[in-house]
Amino acid sequence: MSNKIKGSEALIKSLLAEGVDTIFGYPGGAIIPTFDALYDYQDKINYILTRHEQGATHSAQGYARVSGKVGVCIVTSGPAATNAITGIGDAMMDSTPMVVIAGQVGSSLLGTDAFQEIDVVGITQPITKWSYQIRSAEEIPSAVARAFYIARSGRPGPVVLDFAKNAQTELVDFKYEKCKFTRGYIPSMPIKQKHIDDAASIINNAKKPLALVGQGVILSNAEKELLSFLEKADIPAASTLLGLSAMPSDFRLNKGFIGMHGNIAPNMKTNECDVLIAIGMRFDDRVTGKLDTYAKQAKVIHIDIDPSEIGKNVAVTAKILGDAKAALCALTEKTEPATHTEWINSFDDFDKLEFDKVIEKELYPKSGDITMGEVVRKVSEATNNNAVLVTDVGQNQMMSARYFRFSQTRSVVTSGGLGTMGFGIPAAIGAKVGAPERTVCMFAGDGGFQMTIQELGTIMQSNIGVKMIVMNNNYLGMVRQWQELFYDKRYSSTPMINPDFNQIADAYRIANRHVSRREDLDDAIAEMLKDDKPFLLVVEVEEQGLVYPMTPAGDTVTNILY
Amino acid sequence: MEKKLYTVTVFSENHVGLLNQITIIFTRRQLNIETLSVSPSALKGIHKFTITTYTDADTIEKVVKQIDKRVDIIKSYFNTDEDLVYQEIALYKIATDQFLQLGSIEQLIRKYNIRILEMNETCVVLEKTGHYDETQGLFDELSQKLKVLQFIRSGRVAITKSKIERLSDMLASLEDMRPQ
Repeated sequence: MSNKIKGSEALIKSLLAEGVDTIFGYPGGAIIPTFDALYDYQDKINYILTRHEQGATHSAQGYARVSGKVGVCIVTSGPAATNAITGIGDAMMDSTPMVVIAGQVGSSLLGTDAFQEIDVVGITQPITKWSYQIRSAEEIPSAVARAFYIARSGRPGPVVLDFAKNAQTELVDFKYEKCKFTRGYIPSMPIKQKHIDDAASIINNAKKPLALVGQGVILSNAEKELLSFLEKADIPAASTLLGLSAMPSDFRLNKGFIGMHGNIAPNMKTNECDVLIAIGMRFDDRVTGKLDTYAKQAKVIHIDIDPSEIGKNVAVTAKILGDAKAALCALTEKTEPATHTEWINSFDDFDKLEFDKVIEKELYPKSGDITMGEVVRKVSEATNNNAVLVTDVGQNQMMSARYFRFSQTRSVVTSGGLGTMGFGIPAAIGAKVGAPERTVCMFAGDGGFQMTIQELGTIMQSNIGVKMIVMNNNYLGMVRQWQELFYDKRYSSTPMINPDFNQIADAYRIANRHVSRREDLDDAIAEMLKDDKPFLLVVEVEEQGLVYPMTPAGDTVTNILY
Repeated sequence: MEKKLYTVTVFSENHVGLLNQITIIFTRRQLNIETLSVSPSALKGIHKFTITTYTDADTIEKVVKQIDKRVDIIKSYFNTDEDLVYQEIALYKIATDQFLQLGSIEQLIRKYNIRILEMNETCVVLEKTGHYDETQGLFDELSQKLKVLQFIRSGRVAITKSKIERLSDMLASLEDMRPQ
């Protein structure tokens, strides 16, 4: 008596063996056998049908970012796979663990331009950690094991499995073994004591140290170790966009957010510190501005798990190659207790300048139209600064990053590296599924909201309790801002004529409210947050709003407009 | 930064699609691959790529790190010519009657250390191994005197001069990492 099962079932059993309990996706011809197998496992796997494959990938990303687990998508071949590309690329840029399983035509048809055939492996190789075509059922367990091992280990990232239809229908003896090692891929090197000693000696001699906190801290669950390190050596720290929420907003040494629209103090202090300690971040151009003038006075210590990031953009004085948690533990041990009160207090003047010039009028305007900043801060406070922030891309994203406040880690889901408009709604769906006990607040502009607006259907069907806030200025606001500042106010293709978003929400049977007067805002937010059901809050905000401060692209980090 | 010729050596698992993953890293940085040679290495199951490209020291270091990062790339290195013993092979096809009319065949063979691989009524095939300048030198001289019907030069193959055998050391240390 044979124990053979179909390849499609072997795939589902393999996913279960990896602890998968949630899948986002969309069926189609070349993946029907797998969906058929999934039908028998509905008690074990929560399958969420999105409205577009891009939505499935962003949902898987949102899920992974809040839960720390691998996000999983199953889609069909051809156009479904190409629709998934944006999310795959986004996950690659933002180091998000994700496994995308795409159907593929049967092996005998490969390379013949068959219906819905596309070279998925060829297309995805540059934007994945690993991309592999499963051509026979025997390969399924080992391919899935390897996919999950690669996606979640080291610097996480997306893996694509291109799943030929014949492999789904063939019979196979199922035996699963988790992958623990593969010779051509070492996820993380053991920390070298010499690296620690060198870095510690620089830190112990620092008078004006500054730490930059990236997502690497969150990915390695090193939040506690980070705070211990900063406190012991009394080092002020600021976050990259993806590093936000690694430190609580009210942590004494948290000096805010760095980068193009970051806080003035940490950006200015980058070019004043004597030691710059970068932890799990990659010196993106939106953080550094012009590299020729970036932190030239400082000794730079770079802690990263990915050897190819060390020295890629910024030359380093010392490096610690390896996992942030292990690195910070070892470093804290070798770091002498210190106090840098005067240096830390020197941030205050810039903070006051920023408050006077930017923050006060953004958060507490006395008159005029509603500002994005006040919407974000009011929502944040109404959730006791305890919600998950999901953003779309553009002004809404920068305003959210600047004014949302955090009290726990893994509270930011945003498209940092790729800057994908349309990320917001599907990522929020994934975030809510990944952290059902938390409030998930998604901020979008009128532009990005319409890029994946069809995912309101997913919210309706699966009853996902996300709180969506559309800050509508009837413009593609960030582009409009650049046009105002750098393109002589020539608003080329940025004014938007929008539909009635509330009517759209009505059509999807999603509770909603529209606010255009400041005095209605608090009440509307309270209504939105009164239960755990989906809600759309549309707020008309000022059309001419600008995100300040701003370091123009490619300019010196201290050359700040406000 | 000064540009010069670098030789990148990549050892990989023998899996489909790795060449593409390597070449796209060159493409993204707009680097031309001057020569490329791929073959099984001395170690069973491990393939060796030898790639040459003109670039600067800073760029080649970053390129090699990015190649190294790919799954199933076991290790990649870069070297300049001083570190290497390297060789290329070139073949030249010439019409037999033209070749015989040269009149100085012995001299030519001695000068360039040529091997004759094939000779029949219609054509002669010469083989020359050497560095680029040497194989090109023969081509240029032949071209002045007669018509070279076909000319092909292989990619570079290279071996390091150093005492350390990096791949075997690397493999040993990788095996140490394998969980028991």
